[in-house]
Amino acid sequence: MSIYLNKDSKVIVQGITGGEGTKHTALMLKAGTNIVGGVNARKAGTTVAHKDKTGHDVELPVFGSVTEAMQKTGADVSVAFVPPKFAKDAAVEAIEAEIGLLVIITEGIPVQDSAELYNLSLTKTGVDGKPRTRIIGPNCPGIITPGESLAGITPANITNKGPVGLVSKSGTLTYQMMYELRDIGFSTSIGIGGDPVIGTTHIDALEAFEADPDTEAIVMIGEIGGDAEERAAEYIKAHVTKPVVGYVAGFTAPEGKTMGHAGAIVSGSSGTAEAKKEALEAAGVKVGKTPSETAQLLREIYKGSGSSPVAGAAETVRDKAETLVEKVKDTFKK
Amino acid sequence: MDLYEYQARDLFEAHGVPVLAGIVAQTPEEAKAAAEQIGGVVVVKAQVKVGGRGKAGGVKLAKTADEAYEHAKSILGMDIKGHTVHRVMIAQGAEIAEEYYFSILLDRAERNYLAMCSKEGGVEIEQLAVESPEKLVRYNFDPNTGIDADAAAEIATQAGFSSDEVPALVEAFQKLWGAFAAEDATLVEVNPLVKTGDGAIIALDGKVTIDENAAFRQPAHADLVDESAEDPLEAKAKENDLNYVKLDGSVGIIGNGAGLVMSTLDVVAYAGEAHDGVTPANFLDIGGGASAEVMANGLDVILGDDQVKSVFVNVFGGITSCDAVATGIVKALEILGDTATKPLVVRLDGNNVDEGRRILKEANHPLVITADTMDGGADKAAELANK
Repeated sequence: MSIYLNKDSKVIVQGITGGEGTKHTALMLKAGTNIVGGVNARKAGTTVAHKDKTGHDVELPVFGSVTEAMQKTGADVSVAFVPPKFAKDAAVEAIEAEIGLLVIITEGIPVQDSAELYNLSLTKTGVDGKPRTRIIGPNCPGIITPGESLAGITPANITNKGPVGLVSKSGTLTYQMMYELRDIGFSTSIGIGGDPVIGTTHIDALEAFEADPDTEAIVMIGEIGGDAEERAAEYIKAHVTKPVVGYVAGFTAPEGKTMGHAGAIVSGSSGTAEAKKEALEAAGVKVGKTPSETAQLLREIYKGSGSSPVAGAAETVRDKAETLVEKVKDTFKK
Repeated sequence: MDLYEYQARDLFEAHGVPVLAGIVAQTPEEAKAAAEQIGGVVVVKAQVKVGGRGKAGGVKLAKTADEAYEHAKSILGMDIKGHTVHRVMIAQGAEIAEEYYFSILLDRAERNYLAMCSKEGGVEIEQLAVESPEKLVRYNFDPNTGIDADAAAEIATQAGFSSDEVPALVEAFQKLWGAFAAEDATLVEVNPLVKTGDGAIIALDGKVTIDENAAFRQPAHADLVDESAEDPLEAKAKENDLNYVKLDGSVGIIGNGAGLVMSTLDVVAYAGEAHDGVTPANFLDIGGGASAEVMANGLDVILGDDQVKSVFVNVFGGITSCDAVATGIVKALEILGDTATKPLVVRLDGNNVDEGRRILKEANHPLVITADTMDGGADKAAELANK
């Protein structure tokens, strides 16, 4: 199991013919993503050539619209590599087509556009009253379920499948953490992006990881600005039973030039790394001083969670495997 | 980007928001001429992007143009909370009957826009928000619909304005929303929004923040950048599309990705505690890829900072693998030649890290010291900066 994305996800790429789209389509295919096509209105009806995970040639169809791509391929995930100028239109198209998951990689989208497209998504609800389209990003590395699927730009070969769920505002810090904990591995890792308006939040990811049976522990990475971490801390206190470790970047970042009073009135928080760390610790989250200390905290928790049924089972399996290896070795010696 | 008051005033005027006459001046002579042009009583206001200028003596009333000259002379060059005053605005005097508060901003938590309004405007608005929150109306709205006449009337009514006061406020609120939307603002704050003796509503002081991501569709915003206030190293970095912020310390920092670089600053500052408190000299994010050219440009900017004693290069190789990054560093040092004189602690991690470290080892550059971990590299760089 995983959250939001798995081996069955059928992925389309908006901007599949552009430079970034081409490069990352190749990398996503290599990571095992089931890419079923792409969208570019001006190149509809053509195909793009790539290689799949096993090195075989594949021809991916280019469609004129997200709606058409969904109808013809059954796609349920779109990854958008579209320049900022056109990103809102691309996102609106995907939202109106009611795709299940929209990952917006693009950096530098005006916040007005992000606010407009996010609020549009809220109006397109399903029978459960929830928006039909989950948005991840913008300005994010996307989402990866190691060994199954990658929808975004996360380097797939730096980590392995495992029991840790990771949610982070930052791209390279996410990679650093995935790499440090590659021996334990990840169920799903999501980079939600650090823009002022984002689709999926820390809280959304925490809720999903809490419900995911294959996630045993959670790493949450935040950074200065806004009060998303403080709100996530409240959520953890009230709803999350799985162990969570945290890291916050930006303790020594220069204080931003705040202007006017409106921002301070609204957030009620300074947005500093210190305030975020305190809020998380008050919610029982262990917060590392550095990325490596955070990874160490997760290791300790993970070792200590042997009593949990899933972790226990995993250890039993591992012990058995080791015994088996020893036996095989012994056999060879003989 | 935060705008100066005079820029906000001009922007309001362009969108039909009622404002008083105001002219920016950089010398006492210009101030005098502006006062003569406006006529009558004027206010000389220091133009700084920081609050509290009134209390600091940066706002003075002038009854004559000569008085405006004298006030401008004393205010120009003044230091207000670390900001030097380079300009004053000569603003038309007004007979103020009442002071209100109105703002529109992005609400990050709700992910929509928020309008706030109070009948009790003025300098103590933050205090009012804490002590009498009921006096501050908060009105969240959908960015796709904005503030129409009904919404504006709702805000004014909730704030406690009487029905004869509402129409003028509705007009002002809608115009301010128009300015916010058309200019890609993330904040428009009017404090105070005043009612004059003859009942007119006027935006007396404005704070506006505009979204730099929207530059591609806001060509006029380029003219609002105050280049004189920019640090020369920051300007140089900007020319090369590098995300650089100058700080006060002595350990130069280069990394890829904003989060990792911020984290690097923190780790260096912690490590510095053991080395007489040395701190980072800058924030420099060279982006996801780390080509030789970008690396050379980055190093060039950092080595141009006289305060820098050592440099910590902290790169995680993801899609751009470590061997490419290592090659980039070696080439960058070749490009820089003799201009590179400070020790470089390099920590690489991620894809193909062994090959990356091998390349650095083989190059055997006298300035390069490799580190296996981020914490270890930070400690080494801090130690070298303290020599």
